[in-house]
Amino acid sequence: MDTFIGILNYLVFFAITAGIYAVLCLGLNIQWGYTGLFNIGIAGFYAVGAYTSALLSGPPPGPLDWRTVGGFQLPWVVGLLGAIIASGIIAFFIGLLTLRLKEDYLAIATIGIAEVIRLILKNEGWLSNTVWGIKHIPSPLHQPIKAGVSSFLKGHPQLSPWLVHFISNAYNWFYLALVLVILGLLYWTSERSIRSPWGRVLRTIREDEAVAAVSGKNVFSFKLQSFVLGAMVMGMAGSLYAHYAKFIDASSFEPLYGTFFIWVMLIVGGSGNSKGAVLGAFVVWGIWAGTEFLTGPLALSGAQAGALRVIVVGVLLELTLLLRPQGILGEEKIVSRMLKK
Amino acid sequence: MILEARNIKAGYGEVEILHGISMGVDKAEIISIIGPNGAGKSTLMKTILGLLKPTHGKIIFDGDDITGLSPDKIVRRGICYVPQTDNVFPSLTVEENLEMGAFIRKDDFKPRMKEVYGIFPDLKEAKRFRVRKLSGGQRQMVAMARALMLDPQVLLLDEPSASLSPKLVKLIFEKIVEINQSGVGVLMVEQNARKALKLCHRGYVLAMGHKKFEDTGQALLNNEKVGKLYLGG
Amino acid sequence: MTYRILNFANFSHGDIMSLGAFLALVSLALLRGLGIPDTPFGPLSFGLPMVLAFFIALLLTALAAIIIDRILYRRLRRTGPIILLIAAVGMAFCLRNIIQFIWGPQPQYYIKAIQIARKIPLLGIRIKPDEVFIIIVVALLVIGLHFFLQKTKMGKAMRAASDNMELARVSGIDTEKVIMWTWAIAAALAAAGGILVGIEDKFITPDMGWQMLLPIFAAVILGGIGNPYGAMAGGMIIGLSGEISTAFISTAYKPAVAFIIMVIVLIIKPRGLFGTR
Repeated sequence: MDTFIGILNYLVFFAITAGIYAVLCLGLNIQWGYTGLFNIGIAGFYAVGAYTSALLSGPPPGPLDWRTVGGFQLPWVVGLLGAIIASGIIAFFIGLLTLRLKEDYLAIATIGIAEVIRLILKNEGWLSNTVWGIKHIPSPLHQPIKAGVSSFLKGHPQLSPWLVHFISNAYNWFYLALVLVILGLLYWTSERSIRSPWGRVLRTIREDEAVAAVSGKNVFSFKLQSFVLGAMVMGMAGSLYAHYAKFIDASSFEPLYGTFFIWVMLIVGGSGNSKGAVLGAFVVWGIWAGTEFLTGPLALSGAQAGALRVIVVGVLLELTLLLRPQGILGEEKIVSRMLKK
Repeated sequence: MILEARNIKAGYGEVEILHGISMGVDKAEIISIIGPNGAGKSTLMKTILGLLKPTHGKIIFDGDDITGLSPDKIVRRGICYVPQTDNVFPSLTVEENLEMGAFIRKDDFKPRMKEVYGIFPDLKEAKRFRVRKLSGGQRQMVAMARALMLDPQVLLLDEPSASLSPKLVKLIFEKIVEINQSGVGVLMVEQNARKALKLCHRGYVLAMGHKKFEDTGQALLNNEKVGKLYLGG
Repeated sequence: MTYRILNFANFSHGDIMSLGAFLALVSLALLRGLGIPDTPFGPLSFGLPMVLAFFIALLLTALAAIIIDRILYRRLRRTGPIILLIAAVGMAFCLRNIIQFIWGPQPQYYIKAIQIARKIPLLGIRIKPDEVFIIIVVALLVIGLHFFLQKTKMGKAMRAASDNMELARVSGIDTEKVIMWTWAIAAALAAAGGILVGIEDKFITPDMGWQMLLPIFAAVILGGIGNPYGAMAGGMIIGLSGEISTAFISTAYKPAVAFIIMVIVLIIKPRGLFGTR
């Protein structure tokens, strides 16, 4: 029974992470799936969201820190909002500069920007505390729940060990619920918006920009809106991550996890499709986690095992592109047409 | 008929553009295909060339069924093509463009190049110039010269006079006649219907994917119905 | 070249470079194992095995690129540049991690010896003999490429395909062959780049190509896509400005310099300095 609880706890952890990734995927889906904007700089917005949230609600810099800003210890919600706003603002300026570019140029530009953000976060100690990162990021309602749990356990000393084990993990269940609620809200909003007139314009832009332009719509403005909104969602994911992991530094947002995985998830799940975004996140993360167990028995060094797992994900992407380019759930409209051309 | 299209039906995706076209080119004939926009003229040309696969019908060239072959195979058999736009390599010199035209020749292409320069002496003067520096009329000549390098039996021209000044149109059409007189069959799609009909041996008038009229060039010019609908003064 | 002829941004180029560098490492070890004398040439830090390894690696990398094209990119050619880009990114991750899987994440060394910079009397600057070698090799490669593109039939066909792939096909040019040659040459050049960097820095890591990807793209965009000479000029400019910038801002931001230049170019003059489209 205890192992069952152990597995369950692991699944909760898994689901939280997958859920956060799903949020990122939904953000990318708004940019790419709906509007056809090719953003390879996801990690940048993710990081900005996380750091903003951490700085706003985290503890002030300690004596050993390089960091000199932040630590206002504001409530978590403020951190979340701050993350959303910060990512949005940065996306706004980036978008202003780069959205006029052709799709593949946009890709290169966004990679560059993500890199610059990463470099800034890595090197500007006053902001980010460089590699020491930001520690002790508070999680929402952590204290009350923890206190509640321990007083409950104290009041019931004769519970079987597995039950104790289960209840001790209560906070994670709470966080999972939080993530799922946010995910659900985002999903619902996403679906509603794509079916709205606004969403239709985005789809037209994705399918054929020229058509959208001649019908009198300000294409640039719509692209910018889509870009900013998608980035805001990514920032939100960053905040969710920061408050869960309780520690962040620049390496949490490197291109592999921060960007590449998201793309694989969206493509495997079905781009242009909110359900696909969420499904892709869970499936790919599941495969990634699964490979961790598989490489256990093989006698490989840590780095080698890691490399092998990335290769698996990479191959998954290539196979998907070759064999089922529309992803598992397929495209609600246009992408696969482009792929089948 | 050295080149024949029999009952061709073709289109893009689910939309059928050509609804059963039959036509032919004889050795050393000039054939004009005219008709309003959307009639299917370019589609027909693309089908002959192998850029498009017909859903129905056959293309016969020199006795062989070439339906559905890929363009490079068709080019090797002796049908060469000059597209309407983007028909030269701008960053290459005139001479290099001709060399590319002769790319698949196994023999020495220089004698042929000399012959082609004979038809287009202006190009010989300009042979070291990069084509992007040339004027529209010169480019059109380079485009045709390139296609001639393989000694084709039939030359397909897609709107050769498009976007050229009247003086250049006259020049280009003179060259077309010259090319034809050297023994090459010419199949051309043209917007400039009057001029095209004047110099061709026979012509076809296409509309809405159907063949509406077929006759000698002169007869079509004189045909009132054709005149009213398609020649537009 | 790959960008213009194959019509997509090849994000795996950097990792092909790494692949080349590592293949050279393997060849080097092999050759040394075979007992080929390793005495360095003159003032250079390496001998015959390195030179041979260089050529072998170039060949192997070119082969690898052709194979990758066959199994992956060729089937995706009908889709757009974006799908190809995504595929290339995937390939980049795969290559990089295959390298890491085989050789591990630590830096590897061609030669362990340290070389002292010698002074050139006339110019008053210090330069290592290896660096002179590198400059000479680069010059030779550049001249070789130029000769190939201008004088050989395939070179001209590549320039033609670069201008207009469809017209090339209709002229009878075997475009698949052109594509194959494009990959081979691009990969060989990338490998050469990787090996030379390895000689200069003394060590190679699985990440080296990916790190350089941004400056590489910056150079190509600056020089104008489709123009190999522009790319070379762009490369020089980016490289030099990167080095010069360290006088003003911290070295950590060196890649950022390349990026900023690139963004400026993209906004002001997307065709680059010498671009043809």
